[in-house]
Amino acid sequence: MKTNRKYLLQIFLSFFKIGPVTFGGGYAMIPIMEKEVVEKRNWIDTKDISEILAIAQSVPGAIAINSATFIGYRLAGTLGAIIAMTAVLLPTFLIVVALSILFIFVQDNPYVESAFVGIRAAIVGIIAFAAYKIGITAIYDKTTLSIMIISTALLFFLDIHPVLIIIVGIGMSILIVKVKRLLGYTIKLERNDK
Amino acid sequence: MVLLDLFWTFLLIGSVSFGGGYAMIPVIEMEVSQHGWMTTQEFTDVIAVAGMSPGPIATNSAIFVGYQTAGLSGAMVSALGMVIPSLLIILVIAAFFFKFNELYIVKSAFYGLRPIITGLILYAALTFAITNNVIGELSWHTVSLLIICGFSFFALMKLRLHPIFVIVLAGVCGIVLY
Repeated sequence: MKTNRKYLLQIFLSFFKIGPVTFGGGYAMIPIMEKEVVEKRNWIDTKDISEILAIAQSVPGAIAINSATFIGYRLAGTLGAIIAMTAVLLPTFLIVVALSILFIFVQDNPYVESAFVGIRAAIVGIIAFAAYKIGITAIYDKTTLSIMIISTALLFFLDIHPVLIIIVGIGMSILIVKVKRLLGYTIKLERNDK
Repeated sequence: MVLLDLFWTFLLIGSVSFGGGYAMIPVIEMEVSQHGWMTTQEFTDVIAVAGMSPGPIATNSAIFVGYQTAGLSGAMVSALGMVIPSLLIILVIAAFFFKFNELYIVKSAFYGLRPIITGLILYAALTFAITNNVIGELSWHTVSLLIICGFSFFALMKLRLHPIFVIVLAGVCGIVLY
């Protein structure tokens, strides 16, 4: 494994330039990242990319940042992971800070105020669409439907902290799968499982 | 101390942010209003600006909240809090078990985690709808907001418009109508 400075700098630059060109969530960054590390740099094989994405999705955090961290580790160990992560985050960070400053300046402008009345309504629609999209893959039997309804109700009516629901939910889910198996039910762990 | 508070809060959120950024919106919203950093309506604007910025929406929101609360250093500690848990977990997985996502226990965890994430996002949509009068007393204001909201959903699903385009369009409607 080469870990000289030039190589690390190259990793930094490759991931740094991915950020500013992608809008609309982390997923938009994936194809560009893929092109950079697979086609242009020849750092990772195409078949390994899908595996990296699958893992990046199953650990906490943004998929784009996670993928970059993972690829960075593959290329140059822990230092590579930190460099790739910093590089992919930095442009986003600077742009968001710039937009925050801009927003503080313009938020009291009457036009901006009325625009945001409309935008807030659109945000509700955008979030509802995000729920719909993940719902299609998440809800496919009675158990998953019940879990969704119960967790929404707990949040809405009892004000239970979402972090608690996630942590307890992970434990419950493992338990439910175990119990269902013990009782002899067949259980599809993913929508497309046979 | 507010910087330490921001760091811990986002470190906690970063440790559980499964399933794409939108699931973390209610978590950030709850923490932000409990700490008195922002109201829910101000936070809706954060999501709007975070959604218009390039990059992951949860990380963007954290940076935005951090900046609004404690300036540049606030933005930095919030971003670090969000990414440090992922970094540590990835380092462990990359070093020890590469096929982490194929482990049976991980698959069983995600069986229930996915519907919970769906519930979290649904809850976020509901809370935002109520605080921003999309759902509320019947008036022409509420109805017009509901139409904008419904059209945004339709535009994303059927017309496959880009979210940024939807936000800009809703902004123009806002200027014309309100």
